[in-house]
Amino acid sequence: MSAATEIKTLIIDGKDVSARPEQTVLEVARENGIEIPTLCHLDGLTDVGACRLCLIEIKGQTKLQPACVTRVEEGMEVQSDSERLRKHRRTIIELLFAERNHICSVCVANGNCELQSLSQELGVTHVRLPYRNPELTVDASHERFTCDHNRCILCTRCVRVCAEIEGAHVWDVMGRGAGCRVITDLAQPWGESSCTRCGKCVQVCPTGALYEKGKVGIERPKHPEFLPYLNLMREAQ
Amino acid sequence: MNLEELNQIADAVRAENGKYDYAVNVCQGTGCLAQHADQIQAAIGASAAAAGKNVQVRRVGCLGFCAAGPLAQLEPEGHLLKGLSVARADEVVSSLGGSPPPGLQCELSELVEKQVQVVLENSGKIDPEKIDEYIERDGYQGLVKALTELRPVDVVQQITESGLRGRGGGGYPTGLKWGMVAKAAPGQKYVICNGDEGDPGAFMDRSVLESDPQRVIEGMAIAAYAVGASKGYIYVRAEYPLAVSRLTSGLREARRRGFLGNNICGTPFDFDIEIRIGAGAFVCGEETALIASIEGLRGVPRVRPPYPASAGLWGKPTLINNVETFANVPPILRKGGAWFAKVGTAKSKGTKVFALSGKIRNTALIEVPMGITLREIVEGIGGGVPEGHSFKAVQTGGPSGGCIPAELMDIEVSYESLIQAGSMMGSGGMIVMDDSSCMVNVAKFFMEFCMTESCGKCIPCRAGTVQMFELLAKICEGRATMDDLDLLIDLCSTVKEASLCGLGQTAPNPVLSTLRYFKQEYIEHIQNKRCPAGVCTIKHEEVPA
Amino acid sequence: MSKLKVATVWLDGCSGCHMSFLDLDERLLELAEKIEIVYSPLVDRKDYPDEVDLALVEGAVASVDDEAKIRKIRAHTKFLIAMGDCAVTGNVPSMRNPIGPEAILDRAYKENATAQQQIPTLVVPRLLRTVRPIHEHVKVDLHLPGCPPSADTFYAVLSALLAGETPDVSALTRFGA
Repeated sequence: MSAATEIKTLIIDGKDVSARPEQTVLEVARENGIEIPTLCHLDGLTDVGACRLCLIEIKGQTKLQPACVTRVEEGMEVQSDSERLRKHRRTIIELLFAERNHICSVCVANGNCELQSLSQELGVTHVRLPYRNPELTVDASHERFTCDHNRCILCTRCVRVCAEIEGAHVWDVMGRGAGCRVITDLAQPWGESSCTRCGKCVQVCPTGALYEKGKVGIERPKHPEFLPYLNLMREAQ
Repeated sequence: MNLEELNQIADAVRAENGKYDYAVNVCQGTGCLAQHADQIQAAIGASAAAAGKNVQVRRVGCLGFCAAGPLAQLEPEGHLLKGLSVARADEVVSSLGGSPPPGLQCELSELVEKQVQVVLENSGKIDPEKIDEYIERDGYQGLVKALTELRPVDVVQQITESGLRGRGGGGYPTGLKWGMVAKAAPGQKYVICNGDEGDPGAFMDRSVLESDPQRVIEGMAIAAYAVGASKGYIYVRAEYPLAVSRLTSGLREARRRGFLGNNICGTPFDFDIEIRIGAGAFVCGEETALIASIEGLRGVPRVRPPYPASAGLWGKPTLINNVETFANVPPILRKGGAWFAKVGTAKSKGTKVFALSGKIRNTALIEVPMGITLREIVEGIGGGVPEGHSFKAVQTGGPSGGCIPAELMDIEVSYESLIQAGSMMGSGGMIVMDDSSCMVNVAKFFMEFCMTESCGKCIPCRAGTVQMFELLAKICEGRATMDDLDLLIDLCSTVKEASLCGLGQTAPNPVLSTLRYFKQEYIEHIQNKRCPAGVCTIKHEEVPA
Repeated sequence: MSKLKVATVWLDGCSGCHMSFLDLDERLLELAEKIEIVYSPLVDRKDYPDEVDLALVEGAVASVDDEAKIRKIRAHTKFLIAMGDCAVTGNVPSMRNPIGPEAILDRAYKENATAQQQIPTLVVPRLLRTVRPIHEHVKVDLHLPGCPPSADTFYAVLSALLAGETPDVSALTRFGA
């Protein structure tokens, strides 16, 4: 440990907290029991700031900043919850539900889905926007796993875990805008790709987009929490 | 290379030009070339040879009055000819020294009068592929002066003093940006020129690159010296093949003359530039996405900070400026920052190039001093809207900008006043609309653009633009309710405040600005199922058979 | 005090929400003292009454018939509750939206039919191009997601409404619950 770590103090939701300089607002908030909603963030993976759910207000700035990539600063005053932020978060959840075919009642992740539970936490009881109902495919070519694009929210956790942790970089994103989708290799079927079958992508997927065949439903929760531990053990080596 | 050698080159060019009695400068910009300006040039050359006249027929860059092309300028009289064709080459040649052939002369008074040319000072005057002609017009004096007389910090000081601000649209003070990169940790640094001009109706950067590529190269070299970079990239979109080819030959020429390479002008300064060609994504004009694209990654933006000035290309401090910004640099170094700051308003200095298009008589590439009113541009330089129509609004800032209504025509063109009016300076597209334009349809057009160009990384932009487009389409088709309008406004706020990059954050602007000034048109579509401009096709409910 | 006039309606859904409602069991007796079911698949009444205080609508809007019904219901109802995921999101019935009604009709009446392979034109109402949640057709006063919402949810929501309070729906149920 370095001898002179300069500890920063800041205020989150009126609470005085301390942090190491390299920490993000999200990390510090969670350490202090302040829950900020996230979807693309996952402990152990690089943050991309894409889902925009963790946006926070910082005193003195008009722009909202994503807590997952915003480093703490001395004297910073953060508001993690306000009517303005809740409104944006609810709208983002609605945009996600309307974008693809998220039929919770028949989804393999029903009861274990981060999108579903966030909708409840944020009080989204219906989606004001018209459902887009795109025609999407299901890739069941892999012997162990399935990719259902109907449920994908493009959080890119699978892309990052495959590249950063497994080191295989099988997953990536193709296309633009609403036409984006996750692909294996160069959009080959998953079963014919260079997948190492480690299954990390399945464990980190927040919805029912990636799942293990035959292991679905409320009794089979996913376990993304292996990542920080894995990283710690790797660093220790 | 020193000032003396530059002067020798300039003298040689002048001596060569002086051999001729006349010159015919034929525009070879993309617009005129599309109408066979190259063949016209050849025909005029052949005709002059046959007539035995001592005429220098030259290829030049954009002459500005694009809608009237193909264009040519006659010297020494200075007449600008429009609508040229191969068939009239003989007439042009025989008229040299007298008055131009009937019907070919442009009425230029106002088009020229109100313009102040800094960036475009050489456009249409030099052969874009001949570096010596650029030198003849004081080219590279700025670089030589910087390298031989100034310290990097003095160069930054000159730029700061000039008050130059980013011409790509954001308006960030250029001197401040240069200073940040200059002060970043020493080591490898990069200079990037953003030529990924993608706004619909914008062709300023293309014209500069096609007409005067050396100016941009010189600007980049000065910047590299100021910030301590040894490597530069020009990112040009693939849709600009002529700009790419002129840049390619321009870089070759600059290396030949020793303005790029090692020990430039006999100093320890090394710098070279590489061209990177875009793959057609609008979002790659966003600096972090552009950097990702140069790195060979998917062209998607990332969260800032860190800004490229501290961690840019391959994580190194990177200066990234727009084509027009770099094009302003050589004259600032040559004539001093104070000279530049004389033109413009208190906070917006210098000139701005605009691509004037839409419902206007003179579609043109123009350069005007900051502080000019929109009315002077539209009615003066642009010649107003076509006969029988009334002027309605002007759209600036492309898909990120907004529509400014006729009653605000007397506001001055500056970064601040345009933002205050609900639009923005943007990169310089200026689309004029008259009473035959439906503002809801205009908003829909820009929203469709943003929707298709969204990279898909963040949710508000990816999914929000789709929903906003659908709502706008619903309004245009007369299927919407007032609740839909409220939903649209609600979405605007989330997409604006929650999107990751500038594309999403500004995507709602065309909707917000048209709602601000033309809300009645929206209501007319919704409540009375009618499009006041007669543009939208209102869909009526199917009558059951 | 007169009883609250309550209607329950069954559009394009599986009737699971109604079944869940019946799971209130003995609590139905308690409710029956405060409410009167004036229209429902569970009672014998053919036409929708002119004045209904509260309607619980199950199912999505999938056919021209559903559309006409929901408009009529809205016009004669003070407080309209979208009951269950089909009414709130479109849910399972909306899974045909990406492929369109023709594909569904072909599968049901042609590919899987052993005799009389034809799509009926009479008696069966014409399908809408897409199945939509109720609030895309008419204004909804309260959304009650869940597939189905539990009996406890119904009890809590109705109790709150009868007491003149606004129920906190998200504390009780969610999509797919």
